Amino acid sequence: MGSAVNQAAFFEWLCRIGDNCLILGHRVSEWCGHSPVLEEDIALANQALDLIGQTQFWLGLAAEVEGKGRTADQLAYLRDAAAFRNVLLVERPNGDFGNTLMRQFLFDAWHIELLRALEKSSDARVAEIAAKAVKEVAYHLERSADLVIRLGDGTEESRARMQKALDTLYPYTGELFMADASDEAVVAAGIAPAPASLKAAWDATVSQVLAEATLTHPGDTYQHKGGRKGVHSEHLGYILAEMQFLQRAYPGATW
Amino acid sequence: MYAQMVKSEGMKSREDMTPEEIAFQERIDRGEKIEPKEWMPEGYRKTLIRQIGQHAHSEIVGQLPEGNWITRAPTLERKAILLAKVQDEAGHGLYLYSAAETLGVSRDELLDALHAGKMKYSSIFNYPTLNWADIGAVGWLVDGAAIMNQVPLQRTSYGPYSRAMIRICKEESFHQRQGYDIMMKMAAGTPEQKEMAQDALNRFWYPALMMFGPSDKDSVHSAQSMAWKIKINTNDELRQKFVDQTVPQAHYLGLTVPDEGLAWNEEKGGWDFSEPDWSEFFAVIAGNGPCNTERLEARVTAWEDGAWFRDGLMAHAKKADARRAAARMAAE
Repeated sequence: MGSAVNQAAFFEWLCRIGDNCLILGHRVSEWCGHSPVLEEDIALANQALDLIGQTQFWLGLAAEVEGKGRTADQLAYLRDAAAFRNVLLVERPNGDFGNTLMRQFLFDAWHIELLRALEKSSDARVAEIAAKAVKEVAYHLERSADLVIRLGDGTEESRARMQKALDTLYPYTGELFMADASDEAVVAAGIAPAPASLKAAWDATVSQVLAEATLTHPGDTYQHKGGRKGVHSEHLGYILAEMQFLQRAYPGATW
Repeated sequence: MYAQMVKSEGMKSREDMTPEEIAFQERIDRGEKIEPKEWMPEGYRKTLIRQIGQHAHSEIVGQLPEGNWITRAPTLERKAILLAKVQDEAGHGLYLYSAAETLGVSRDELLDALHAGKMKYSSIFNYPTLNWADIGAVGWLVDGAAIMNQVPLQRTSYGPYSRAMIRICKEESFHQRQGYDIMMKMAAGTPEQKEMAQDALNRFWYPALMMFGPSDKDSVHSAQSMAWKIKINTNDELRQKFVDQTVPQAHYLGLTVPDEGLAWNEEKGGWDFSEPDWSEFFAVIAGNGPCNTERLEARVTAWEDGAWFRDGLMAHAKKADARRAAARMAAE
């Protein structure tokens, strides 16, 4: 069980998963009331809701593992940007609806593989959260892959927009598969899969969907990194300024 | 409620009715439900399209003032609840557009009319949400006022509308409770939170009273709609009921209803209260509320920016159909 693992590494790893969910959930929720069709407003609110729900579980467990009496809310609302551990991909601005969908697809295709592996985690708490989240994420991937295919193989314009989104975002996917000492510690404890071990399945999903979408795979591109270690893009600061406003402006209040 | 000043067709006297119209009115009087394929007077159909359409538009425009605080919700739990609520509102829009479609008008036609300013949505959504307690006040007062009108509409004569209302009312009462729960936290919180709660009540009280529409004596469209059971209670009846329900709730919170004329009337067993400023109501309806321009612009922009998305999906559907047809031909 988790007791064999370095708790600081376990905490770091849990923040990485939890922060991915939180920041992507935030981005998705920015669409509320502004999407191209009513069904998408419903779908996006639902997806943001799933991601925020998963955040509560992951950051709740992170707080427990840390053992300093912090809560999931304190982790979400009272850490500054440098303490956030999400990948750069999820803090990318929404852009047009195609960009939002492509970001979601690239993330979902990784997220599902991670959660499937985590269902077999040596830590029962992790396995339990993964078992719940995997059902939601299976649906996220079904939806995002389907829309990427339909828009890639739609009109000239929709294909051009999806290709542009893919070319813009693909350089932010490599970070999902990178590992450092914290990853190695949780992998050694049997808590999580090695990040690189998810790459083949992700590649297969991405290649298959892009082919069906008639989109051109960007191939080997430069890959940005930094978010997992707390070195973020300028965008995260603005997300946090907005998200954390009430907690920062009225310290100690309960809501 | 989200239907205000819905223009109804002129009231006909019994002598002026055709035999079909008499038979129709008798069905309604017996409490029967009218279903989509059945004969109905053109005026009934048109009035319902206006009313259900306005209600649907209100649900989708109503996402905007609440959506305004999703990214700033103060805890993960509050954020999740607000997301679920706004998702429900969009879902209500979907049921209602579907109910309107059974009357022979498409969702796209209704949206075009909204975007062109030819159809309205409830005046309440032209007010801004300025502090977090506004999200509480919207649930407590705005959804509270909506429920007041929608509970009787569960018995409305048109089957699909009635069934949509039954589903919607279940969710709305949850929304109202979550709004009141936010107000309780704020009213029992720090001095700044209490101030936000009072400020929210001050700004939303009269606009909430306006949601019921002008006074019965000035409400020109009510009689025919009531005969058709499209409207069940008068505007003033519902407003009184809302005030009687809400005043004790405000007192429980320790907040002051912003009405110096508020007084318990033992004789009628209800509260006497001041009328809202109806000139403000008519200004908002005419497009001059604090947020009319932004709300409509947000909807039009969402629609226009999303055109490529909808076109892309349609194009893909056509290609997929053609491929299926070709595969069928090849197989034969």
